[in-house]
Amino acid sequence: MALLNTPVRRTWFAVFVVGALAVPFFGNALVVDLLCRTALAVIGAQALNLLTGYTGLVSLGHAGLMAAGAFASGILTAELGAPFWIALPAAPLVGGLLGFLVGIPSLRLKGVYLALSTLALHFVILYVAAEYQSARGFSTGLLIPRPTLGPLTIAGGRAWYYTLLVLAAATTLFCLNLVRTRAGRAWMAIRDRDIAAATTGINVTRYKLMAFVVSSAITAFGGSLYGYYAGFVSVEAFTFFTAIEYIAMITIGGLGSVLGSILGAAFVTLLPYGVDALINVLPVGERVQSHLFAVKFGAFGLLMALFLVLEPRGLVSIWSRVRTYFDLWPFRYHPLGE
Amino acid sequence: MQVAANTLVLASTYVLLAVGYVVVYRASRILNLAHGELMMLGGYALFTLLSIAPGRPLLALVGTVVVSFLLGTIVYLVVMRPMAGHPLFSAVLVTISLGIFFRGLAILGWTAEIRYPLALMGFGTTSLRLPGGAVISNIDLLSMLAAGGLLLGLWMFFARSRLGIQMRATAENPRLAAERGVNIHLVFAVSWGISTFAAGLVGILYSSQVRLDPEIGVIGLKAFPVALVGGLDSLAGVLPAGLAIALLEVLAIQYVSPLLSEVVPFLALLVMLCVRPWGIFGTPEEIERV
Repeated sequence: MALLNTPVRRTWFAVFVVGALAVPFFGNALVVDLLCRTALAVIGAQALNLLTGYTGLVSLGHAGLMAAGAFASGILTAELGAPFWIALPAAPLVGGLLGFLVGIPSLRLKGVYLALSTLALHFVILYVAAEYQSARGFSTGLLIPRPTLGPLTIAGGRAWYYTLLVLAAATTLFCLNLVRTRAGRAWMAIRDRDIAAATTGINVTRYKLMAFVVSSAITAFGGSLYGYYAGFVSVEAFTFFTAIEYIAMITIGGLGSVLGSILGAAFVTLLPYGVDALINVLPVGERVQSHLFAVKFGAFGLLMALFLVLEPRGLVSIWSRVRTYFDLWPFRYHPLGE
Repeated sequence: MQVAANTLVLASTYVLLAVGYVVVYRASRILNLAHGELMMLGGYALFTLLSIAPGRPLLALVGTVVVSFLLGTIVYLVVMRPMAGHPLFSAVLVTISLGIFFRGLAILGWTAEIRYPLALMGFGTTSLRLPGGAVISNIDLLSMLAAGGLLLGLWMFFARSRLGIQMRATAENPRLAAERGVNIHLVFAVSWGISTFAAGLVGILYSSQVRLDPEIGVIGLKAFPVALVGGLDSLAGVLPAGLAIALLEVLAIQYVSPLLSEVVPFLALLVMLCVRPWGIFGTPEEIERV
């Protein structure tokens, strides 16, 4: 409740919750599917934001870790027939273990070099997964049956929507609370200046590893959910481009901001459909119509570059600027002395 | 013998690409992850020039490298210069997004169809039989010569020419260089130009050797570990690193599986990062450590 400390916040939060709960009764199947994908993206983006936004450790291996989680669940289900309640929690365990392994080089490397080691990791994980797929004869991917928990089966858009909504909300709440704890504050101290953090008694090694483990576990959990949602797991779903998309989410949204991750996740997930809608409205050439994929691809690249160059602090900073504008209206800036 | 020949051919492509990474990194400390896409655009520049002026291959070749050089300077002036002062990683992300943008643009402009500019030029590949029984194509030979020539040319440029020495000074300490009257923006722009010039060369060679389509930029990512293993700020390291990684990759294709060969450069990168993160010939102080 401490997070919702003002009446205004409480009101808006209630409006948001009611709106989110009501959507499946008004929207069609496509809208519900889009929102499910957004919720999945929110989980992944929150995980990456913990690592990159709060701890300042850049990771290009996000898609690889998602793949690891999805494959852990997929293999347990398809090969060993493990039930949902074993296969799903297995993903964060595998993710956490991998995160620990990846975290070890991070103790030696910083900045761009760390990004490169995670990039290499991405390709290695996907290679192992691809070898596994071809060796075991799952050339098109592993099929995952619908998750069943006792008498409950999650099937159909509406059920998935509520499940994912709850999980995304839980992840967000978890991250929101985590960054307010000792660990969260230690991460931010490490991000801002690691030597200063060490001199104030923060065990840099421990907290860096912890950031990797927590973030990777959530990431793998998200990847596993993605596998369940899609109904199958295949290496094609986790490309290098996916990793870039997640980085785009947290940078477009605003690094080191929980709200930013949500905004960014929604923005990046909905962008292709926005481009679709725009192209249907605008009179454009034949070529654009026939190469829609390329248009979306290019638009994504262009927007990401524009955000980085012109608005490096992301959507959140636009939001706070708009708010400040209305707070101060009719003045342009704070009067002196305030 | 064929293994040795294949290694040399692959290594020449890697060397040409890695030189591009090194030149930009030395100058501005930025990893240009759009390098592969710039190479792809070089290939398309060749294709377009050949379509506009058929029957004049020499003009098209010269035009391609000039266009590539200009493209690099434009990228620097328009996109990378405003990034000065931002965190380095944002600059790297900008290059990634630029690469994605270029790929989308290439599909829009030239469609995803596979092209063969060499046939358009009116040449074909002929195979040459080397002593020892190995077979390579004439383009392969050309690519090795280009790699050797480029390394030699750059070495001369950095060692002898006024601009080259200014570039080395800027690489060492940009602020001191600027205070000494070096026009560092010119230096950065020229570095980007040289880098994309090399990318244009690979674009020509690769599209003649293999094919031209909007996805060939992926090889740029695979050549990246070569630059790092050699040392990101060292031109000399590119050659041994290129040879070593190409050899490992060819051996992996030969004896293990083609799938493995795709990740060999990245495995080499991981090992190098654990053992000697600054590369074979790089400068150790480069990397901030905890």
